[in-house]
Amino acid sequence: MDTQDLRRMANQIRQRDVRAVFEAGAGHIGGEMSVTDLLTALYFDIMNVDPANPLDPNRDRLVLSKGHTALALYITLSKKGFIPEAEIETFLAHNSRLNGHPNRVKVPGVETNTGPLGHGLPVAVGMATAAKLNGASWRSFVITGDGEMQEGSNWEAIMAAAQFKLDNLTLIIDHNRLQQGARLADTNNLAPIAPKVAAFGWAVEEIDGHDMEQITRALSADTITQGKPKCIVAHTNKGQGISFMSDNVAWHHKVPTEDQYRQAIAELEEALQ
Amino acid sequence: MNMPFKDAKLHDCRNAFVAALEELAEANRDIVTVCNDSVGSSKLGGFKEKFPERLINVGIAEQNMVGVAAGLANGGKIPFVCCAAPFLTGRALEQIKADVAYSQTNVKLVGISSGMAYGDLGPTHHSIEDFAWIRALPNIAVIAPADRIETDAVIRWAAQYDGGCFLRLSRVGVPDLLPEGHVFELGKANLLRDGADLTIIANGTLVHRAMRAAALLADKGIEARVLNMASVRPIDEDAIVAAATDTGAIVTVEEHTTFGGLGSAVAEVVVDKAPVPMARLGVPGVFAHTGSAEQLLDDFGMAPSAIANSAEALLKRKG
Repeated sequence: MDTQDLRRMANQIRQRDVRAVFEAGAGHIGGEMSVTDLLTALYFDIMNVDPANPLDPNRDRLVLSKGHTALALYITLSKKGFIPEAEIETFLAHNSRLNGHPNRVKVPGVETNTGPLGHGLPVAVGMATAAKLNGASWRSFVITGDGEMQEGSNWEAIMAAAQFKLDNLTLIIDHNRLQQGARLADTNNLAPIAPKVAAFGWAVEEIDGHDMEQITRALSADTITQGKPKCIVAHTNKGQGISFMSDNVAWHHKVPTEDQYRQAIAELEEALQ
Repeated sequence: MNMPFKDAKLHDCRNAFVAALEELAEANRDIVTVCNDSVGSSKLGGFKEKFPERLINVGIAEQNMVGVAAGLANGGKIPFVCCAAPFLTGRALEQIKADVAYSQTNVKLVGISSGMAYGDLGPTHHSIEDFAWIRALPNIAVIAPADRIETDAVIRWAAQYDGGCFLRLSRVGVPDLLPEGHVFELGKANLLRDGADLTIIANGTLVHRAMRAAALLADKGIEARVLNMASVRPIDEDAIVAAATDTGAIVTVEEHTTFGGLGSAVAEVVVDKAPVPMARLGVPGVFAHTGSAEQLLDDFGMAPSAIANSAEALLKRKG
């Protein structure tokens, strides 16, 4: 997919996400808008995954450690063909397999069950270690939130990944500067994140997490530094693409009114033109 | 009186654990170990020498350790996480819940030096809550072998079992109890001694004490059935119901708090299916005082004579 198609796909995922949150009456819409471009690039440009064989031992792995943005992952997986697109209508419904956090046992394409923060990176370190042990070339990717980097388990994993020289591991920090209740800067400010991770022995790159060209280039295998795990600090906006949500802490898990929903879809539609 | 195990040799079950693991790893290159700077305390020196690249030492970082194991399992490996039981189960409990139990990953959690094996190091290093914590989680088998033979059998079982399990090992020496060549069956108790007057159910380091208590009771003409209940979850409901029906009273003994462990698991079955009087022996919901594991077990009423006394007292409550 070229970058124009990737942008179009991301836009469609955002529109479907906004509709699903509106219809379900719940969801983590702000963080879903911030992570969508990253997910789109991974599934439609970077990762080697096959919906017909979701457990192929040589598949690339993505761990969505910020599991509360599961809806964006579900929609991406449905666009890729892992689950039926119509099933998105069941998001959060009684007995749906699409609950608020992804479940690998129920949803093909999901690699590990996330929800509590700080779990994904350690698991991805284990995945990357398994690939190294097997001499296999598949890659492991993990997306964390930036607030999530306040969890100590992430830093345990950051140390281990550098020690184990896991250059087949890529951590993407969705750096939207907002956590559930407030700005990171007003809570537990990790800034500047990039030099901190670099100091632990990682190759670190900062990008605009909504610029598809920058995202795909940073994720490309060509940019791997041999012997070092890679961290991409993706500067994003919570609520990206929707004016009244963007960079607004109120939209962590707020549900749009009907008017807001119509405005959000109209803005996304306009961006498509 | 013929006291069992009078001159019996005592074995540190960690030796049986690593011997079996090294043999299995020789045949299956997917078997790996994950540890937290615990090579020495887990006796992994031999494994490290034979398979250096397959020993993944994450340093002192238990949450990462369990997450890494789940990721290794995702990549087709069979990880044995080897770590002191209190830190494995306490520090990494949420990783055990989300990354192993809920994610249904093929991770073998080996809790070394469980119970009060660290004795005088104190309650921070005791692991007497682990049955309760782990058996509350779906999808994880909880197993405490009683001797070196059962330890060997459990490790062999775990390596071929497709799923998560918590293997609760000790470092405190125990005599041989099960026959050589014993094969472990998940959810099955072993009848070590039959009797009609009451049943003593134990596991891990308490089984030989239960057998000694049964010998003391026999001297008084009381015949106790003794069941080794290594598998705490799933638990052998049939054996418990049969014990209740056949003998009418059950004593449980465990190196664990009486809140939520083996005794509680047995009581759940008894209450639901065959109510009979019970006595649940264990650590009575306190942080232990200073002492060796053996001293503490004695102090908490689990010396063979004290188990026998509790059994006798229980008989008075039989209908």
